[in-house]
Amino acid sequence: MAKKDKVVNGFNHRSPGDMAIQVVLYIITAIAALLCVLPFLYIFGASFATEREILERPFFIIPREFSINAYTYILKDGAVFKGLRNSLLVTVVGTAINMFVSCTMAYPLSRKYLKGRNFFMNMVVVIMLFGGGMVPSYVLIASVLKLRNTFWALWLPGAMSAFNMIIIKNYFQGIPDELEEAAIIDGANDLYTFLRIMLPLSGPVLAAVSLFYAVGHWNAYFGAMMYITDPNMEVVQIVLRRIIFLTGAIADDGSINWGPAGSPPTKAVRMATTVVATVPILAVYPFIQKYFTAGVMVGSVKG
Amino acid sequence: MSTSAAATLEKPVAVKKKKTGNTWGKALRQHYWLYLMLIPGVVWMLIFCYLPMGGLVMAFENFSPYAGANIIECLVKSQKVGFGNFQLLFKGTDFMMLLRNTLGISFANLLIAFPAPIIFALILNELRCMWFKRVSQTFVYIPHFVSIVIVGTLTFQLFNTQDGYIYNLMASLVGKANTPDVLSDPDCFVGLIVGQNLWKETGYGTIIYLSALASVDPQLYEAAKIDGAGRWNLMWHVTLPGIKGTIVIMLIMKVGALLNTGYEQIFLMANAINRSAAEVFDTYVYNRGVSQGQYSLATAAGLFKSVVSLVMVLGANKCAKLLGESGLY
Repeated sequence: MAKKDKVVNGFNHRSPGDMAIQVVLYIITAIAALLCVLPFLYIFGASFATEREILERPFFIIPREFSINAYTYILKDGAVFKGLRNSLLVTVVGTAINMFVSCTMAYPLSRKYLKGRNFFMNMVVVIMLFGGGMVPSYVLIASVLKLRNTFWALWLPGAMSAFNMIIIKNYFQGIPDELEEAAIIDGANDLYTFLRIMLPLSGPVLAAVSLFYAVGHWNAYFGAMMYITDPNMEVVQIVLRRIIFLTGAIADDGSINWGPAGSPPTKAVRMATTVVATVPILAVYPFIQKYFTAGVMVGSVKG
Repeated sequence: MSTSAAATLEKPVAVKKKKTGNTWGKALRQHYWLYLMLIPGVVWMLIFCYLPMGGLVMAFENFSPYAGANIIECLVKSQKVGFGNFQLLFKGTDFMMLLRNTLGISFANLLIAFPAPIIFALILNELRCMWFKRVSQTFVYIPHFVSIVIVGTLTFQLFNTQDGYIYNLMASLVGKANTPDVLSDPDCFVGLIVGQNLWKETGYGTIIYLSALASVDPQLYEAAKIDGAGRWNLMWHVTLPGIKGTIVIMLIMKVGALLNTGYEQIFLMANAINRSAAEVFDTYVYNRGVSQGQYSLATAAGLFKSVVSLVMVLGANKCAKLLGESGLY
C-alpha cells in the first residue's frame, strides 16, 4: 500500500504547492471526521449535565456538574428499556427469518444447471424494479392477514431483500464447482452440499448480509408506526420519536427527588434517551465495521 | 392467492412442464432439494410482492372496504372508475405542490449529496498518512449506522430555537431576527433534508468509490506521468475515467429513485408549519391512504410514482449503454 502510494503521488513530493494541497485535504478530512462524532459526544455529555448547565453553556462535552437524574428518570419510566427489549426481539428473530429465506433462495439460484433458473431469477428482478406500493401492502398486512399489533407485521413484509439475496447468490457462485462435484461423488445430496459445504465456506458474506439486515431492523420505525399501536410493543425508535418529537414536557409523579433543580430534567431526559437508543448500535459498530465494508465490496460485484 | 398477477406468473412454468414433461420430471427428481429450498422465497414473493401488485386495481376503482365480505370481493365489486383517480390526482391542487416538493428535494440530493462521496473519496485517496486515513474513515462511517430517528433527534437538539447549540451560535453571529428556524421554516426544508443526507451518508458512500479507486491500474499513473501529466491531469485523465463505470451505475440508481424521496426521514422532519414544503409523493400516499383511508386515490398516486420510476431507471440504463457504459444489467 505504502509503496503504491509513493508511486502514485511521489513525483512532486516536496513542492510547496503540493504541500499546501495536502494540508488542505487533511484539514477537510479532519473537519468531516469531527462533524460526524461531535454531535454524539455533545449529547452524551449533556445527558449527564444539569438542566441549568444545558441551558447556560453553549457547547460542552464534559459537564461541570455531574448528574444522573435523567437516567434515574428513564430507569423509573421503563419505556426506553421496554423499547430496547422489543427492538432486540424484532432484530434477532427478523434477521433469522431474513437469512433463512435469503440463503434458501440464493443457493438454488446460484446453480447454473437449475432448470427454470431464469424464470425464478426474473421473478426476483421484477420485484427489484416494481412493486404494488404502500397502500396495497398495508391493506394486505392489516386487513387480509390481520397482522396488526403482532411483530409478524415487522418480520414478514421485508423477509427478503432481493439485493441482499443476490449478494449471497453471487458469493455461492464464486465457490469452486469442484467442491460440490466432490461432495456429489461422495453421495451427498443438494441439501447436504448446501449445509455442509456452501454455508460454512460463506462465512464473511453471511456475516455481512446478516448485519445489513440486523441494522435495518434495529433502525426501522415506519413499520412499527403503521402496524403497532400497543404501548407494550413499542420498539426503541418509536419511543425515541415519541419523547423527542411528540411530547413537550416530561410527566412527573413526584416520586423522585430531583435535588436542587426541583423539576424533572426535560432536556437531559431527551439527551439520555437518545444516548440509550444510540449506544447499542455504536457498541457493536467497531466489530461490524469490517464486515460492512466487505459487504459493500461484495455487493458491488455484478452478476 | 387468486389474483391475476399471481396466476399469470405461474403460467409459463405450467406450460413448460407440459411441453417438456420428461426433462422437468427428471430435474425435479434429481434436484428436489433445490426446488424445495426455493419454496419459502417464492411463496414470500408471491404473497408480499406480487399479491400487492394485484391490489393495484384499486387505483382504477372507487375502492370501498365495505363492498364485499372479504378483500377479494371488495376489489371485484367496488365501482370501476377507469382513470378517474388519476384525473382527480393530476387536476387536484396538491399535485403541482407534490411534484415541486418531490423534484426539489430529489434534484438537491442529486446535485449535492450524490457528488459529495465521490469528492470525499478522491480526497481520502490522496491522503498519505495511513493511520489518519483509517481513523477518519472509522469516524465518518458512524452516522450511516444510526437510525434516521436518531439523526432527527440530533438535528432537533442542535437546531431548536430554545437551547439548540447551532441555532444559538448562528443567532449570536447574525442576530436572532436573521436566524431561520430550520426545523419549521418551509424555506429551509430542502436544506434540512439534504443536510441530514450529507451528514449521514457521505462518509459511508465513499466505500464503493474507494474500492473502485483501488482497482485503477498504477501503471496508468506512471505512464501518464512519463507523458508529463500533473496532479490535476492525473485526476482528470486517469482517476475519473477509472471510476466512471461505478459513478454511472450509482447515477442510474439515483435517477430511477428520483420520485422516491423516502418517507421515513421526511415524515419525521415534517410538522404543521413546514407542511407546505414537506408533502412529497411518498408522504402523500401514506397520509391519504393509510391515515385517511382514501385507498384508491393514494394507490393511484403510488402507481404513478412507480411507473415513472420504472421508466426512468430503464431509460437511464439505456442511455448509459448508448454512451458505452455497461449499465445495471
